[in-house]
Amino acid sequence: MSSAAPSTSGVKGRIHSYESMGTVDGPGIRFVLFTQGCPLRCLYCHNPDCRDIYGGREVTVGELLAQVQKYRSYLQQGGGVTVSGGEPLMQPEFVAAFLQGCQALGFHTALDTSGYCPIPVAEPVLAHTDLVLLDIKSYDPELYRRVTQVSLAPTLAMARYLSDIGKPTWIRFVLVPGLTDPPHNLEGLADFVASLKNVERVEVLPFHKMGEYKWEQLGLEYLLKDTPPPSEALLAQTKAIFQSRGLWTP
Amino acid sequence: MGKEVWERDGGVASVAAVSPNPSENLRAEWQGFRPGVWTRQVDVRDFIQTNYQPYAGDGGFLVGPTDRTVKLWEKVKDLMAQERAKGVLDADTSLPTGITAHPPGYIDRELEQIVGLQTDKPLKRAIMPFGGIRMVKAALEAYGYQLDPKTEEIFTKYRKTHNDGVFDAYTPEMRRCRRSGIITGLPDAYGRGRIIGDYRRVALYGTDFLVRDKQRELAELDDRDMDEATIRLREELAEQIKALRELQAMGQSYGFDLSRPAATAKEAFQWLYLAYLGAVKEQNGAAMSLGRVSTFLDIYCERDLQRGLVSEAEIQELVDHFVMKLRMVRFLRTPEYNELFSGDPTWVTESIGGMGEDGRPLVTKTSFRFLQTLYNLGPAPEPNLTVLWSRGLPEPFQRFCAQVSVDTSSIQYENDDLMRPYYGDDYGIACCVSAMRIGKQMQFFGARVNLAKALLYAINGGRDEISGEQVGPPMPPITDEVLDFAVVQERFTQVLTWLARTYVNALNIIHYMHDKYCYERLEMALHDREVYRTMACGIAGLSVVADSLSAIKYAQVRPIRDERGLAVDFAITGSYPAYGNNDDRADALAVWVVQTMMNALRQQKTYRGAVPTQSVLTITSNVVYGKKTGNTPDGRKAGQPFAPGANPMHGRDCCGALASLASVAKLPYADSLDGISNTFSIVPQALGHTRADQVENLVRMLNGYFQDGGHHLNVNVLRRETLLDAMAHPEQYPQLTIRVSGYAVNFIKLTREQQLDVISRTFHERC
Repeated sequence: MSSAAPSTSGVKGRIHSYESMGTVDGPGIRFVLFTQGCPLRCLYCHNPDCRDIYGGREVTVGELLAQVQKYRSYLQQGGGVTVSGGEPLMQPEFVAAFLQGCQALGFHTALDTSGYCPIPVAEPVLAHTDLVLLDIKSYDPELYRRVTQVSLAPTLAMARYLSDIGKPTWIRFVLVPGLTDPPHNLEGLADFVASLKNVERVEVLPFHKMGEYKWEQLGLEYLLKDTPPPSEALLAQTKAIFQSRGLWTP
Repeated sequence: MGKEVWERDGGVASVAAVSPNPSENLRAEWQGFRPGVWTRQVDVRDFIQTNYQPYAGDGGFLVGPTDRTVKLWEKVKDLMAQERAKGVLDADTSLPTGITAHPPGYIDRELEQIVGLQTDKPLKRAIMPFGGIRMVKAALEAYGYQLDPKTEEIFTKYRKTHNDGVFDAYTPEMRRCRRSGIITGLPDAYGRGRIIGDYRRVALYGTDFLVRDKQRELAELDDRDMDEATIRLREELAEQIKALRELQAMGQSYGFDLSRPAATAKEAFQWLYLAYLGAVKEQNGAAMSLGRVSTFLDIYCERDLQRGLVSEAEIQELVDHFVMKLRMVRFLRTPEYNELFSGDPTWVTESIGGMGEDGRPLVTKTSFRFLQTLYNLGPAPEPNLTVLWSRGLPEPFQRFCAQVSVDTSSIQYENDDLMRPYYGDDYGIACCVSAMRIGKQMQFFGARVNLAKALLYAINGGRDEISGEQVGPPMPPITDEVLDFAVVQERFTQVLTWLARTYVNALNIIHYMHDKYCYERLEMALHDREVYRTMACGIAGLSVVADSLSAIKYAQVRPIRDERGLAVDFAITGSYPAYGNNDDRADALAVWVVQTMMNALRQQKTYRGAVPTQSVLTITSNVVYGKKTGNTPDGRKAGQPFAPGANPMHGRDCCGALASLASVAKLPYADSLDGISNTFSIVPQALGHTRADQVENLVRMLNGYFQDGGHHLNVNVLRRETLLDAMAHPEQYPQLTIRVSGYAVNFIKLTREQQLDVISRTFHERC
């Protein structure tokens, strides 16, 4: 890629895939890169095939930027590029180089992360990120561990750090009936998010089972088999909890 | 030709004495309009440009249906339900149709604001034997009717038809090509269609003015040498004048004086509709498109609104009632025809929006009102509402269109920025994707050739892979153990050269005979005398051929030959890049196929000096083409449907929606001036979380696709589950509309095979 910095276009990373028309991971139409590897083990994970850090395939930043450029006409109308996963911050050098390249080409960049990462590791990535989509899977620490099998603290630290540096952020929360919907969990999360200064919107995402088949393919047991998607009423109630604190939920 | 209602000499002498109005004194019907070139000569574009009011706002002004509309539509829906149960509600079995053949017909005179039916009863089908009496007889019998023996005798013994003429002149080779299905869907037994009369002229000028203009055109030829071309043209002009007089008489039977211009909005809708009705009473063309009427009619609506004569509700009522009539256009067709083009399509295509050459959008409030009919009357395949998309369209209009797509899946989009340089700003779409200047250009419709079969002929030395018959010219078959790309490419080019010649020769015969025996008198009366003609050829199976060539080039393809020595199957080792993934290796092969075929067509001599063009369009015939084609080197199995139009093969476009769109956008429009059809289906959630996001993202997607040079996009926003449920419970989905290759259909009217084909196609979704 002549237009990308030559020093970074050769940086390699492992990816699962990319989607040329992402419309649910940030504003507008977005090229969404799904990186490989994730430290979390979310019960409702819809991309379990992205967990293995050695899975997927290896690509260079230059190859990816060439792909992104093919969709310039679509991505430049209020859209851009999102790196999701997996957990992108497991490959900070690669993701930072890719996002830097995207910005150099004039694309808006977003990072979809669980925030489960030491802040100094994330810093170089955040330097080339225009918008963070921060997934906070629960506010109750016990519940967070049950849902993800890791601890909540790094994510909250990340949230506060993003607030401190004034990084535009969307908070995302997956509403799973009977799992993440206890009132204290929702109220606690809403209070915490309301204390941040950088949050542009809160996306309450209804749990769905579209990833279930992947669990079966990987020979994993899907524990939420019998969990229904949230009712319209529960979804509306949950949004209202955030709205009552002055937060915008689309 | 047709039924005589006017005196033999067409009244030429009596009317010629009246001269056109001087421009200073506008006639009463034109008061309130700004005069211009249009007041002195037939020039509808000038009238529009001089008088229309662009509208840059949103749809907030729109209103729902009136009580009258609701009641009337209930009656029509009831008739349509009865028709669905029977196949055909009613049919005339003896009287050949014509502009004045039937007495006036009504649905409910108390309720109807716009009147006029093709026959004396709603949804009753007329017979149009000039195209071919066999088709009429077969169609009647298929629905349990008997053709009147006397009518049959007239059209077999005394009056030759288009169909008879064509088969008198066809060569044995053409018949073989037709039988094997390498050339299919030829308009050799019915009306060719894809001609748009400028129906607006009747509203703007009235028939007297138009007759005088035609008389002038005829008189200008008086001193020419009477060669074949001039004689034909003189006869045609005389027929056109008679047709205009018949139209006037038909208007009179409904109580309207079409000899004068329309004086109000209501009259403008009525005049324009009767002109269109005259055309569909006279011709069962494959596609009977309407043109580009909404902004023209808006000028009348605005004038009446300003004069305080009407309310918004009354204006919308006119649009709703007009559109209701367009939804009721019917032709009597055979089951075989329906297998090719299913769901009883009539392609009443109306082109909406686009930009003027002066940079002003041609969007008016009536552009919105036409789209609003999809809410007021519910979704429907007809009229085939086609939005001419431009980056310059007002954003509120872009959003409204996208919203209508998200809600109804009933509209298609075509790239105005791409077409305007070719056709100016007063063109319309005929059928699905064929652009033409309204009143100034027509096409000789040529259906399409099966390129996947052509590729197999290249491998098999011109023999058909199913019948074994020598259809193409004898060539040595390819006997390599592994197919060599260079060899296949060269042979394929030879086959295309032969095919283009046979194909265009067949079309020349068809259109010669159609002009002779089934001339579109009224539609051509609403054209200028000097018409730009195209020979609109077409190709099917593009993605199958591109992928086959890619497999031969990038993988190893071994033909498996039967005892006849024909390659009837192919073993593929390795993988190959498929068209539809924005991979230049495969996409360049698709581009090569399009250009090579077009170059072969350009070499051919055409009837009436028509300019060859081609489309990449299958309508729903991709299913039938697939049925008639053996195994192909891309791994497609014999009998499996092709992808429709220019679409990538279903399931092979696996890099997401934009990759698929980007591949199709690479096909060169300059080599496919008759249009490149792409049908795009996406589940609502894949466009965004909220309806507002979905609308915004669809706007962006359309902008991106058309900026990259894409020509056409059908947009379906629906779930596969909805279609499966509609298959199981059709009665619950009487109005479920989906877009297929260039037009829309009632999903429940498709054959089961076609329904399964639609469901098997790629739905872009992400989880």
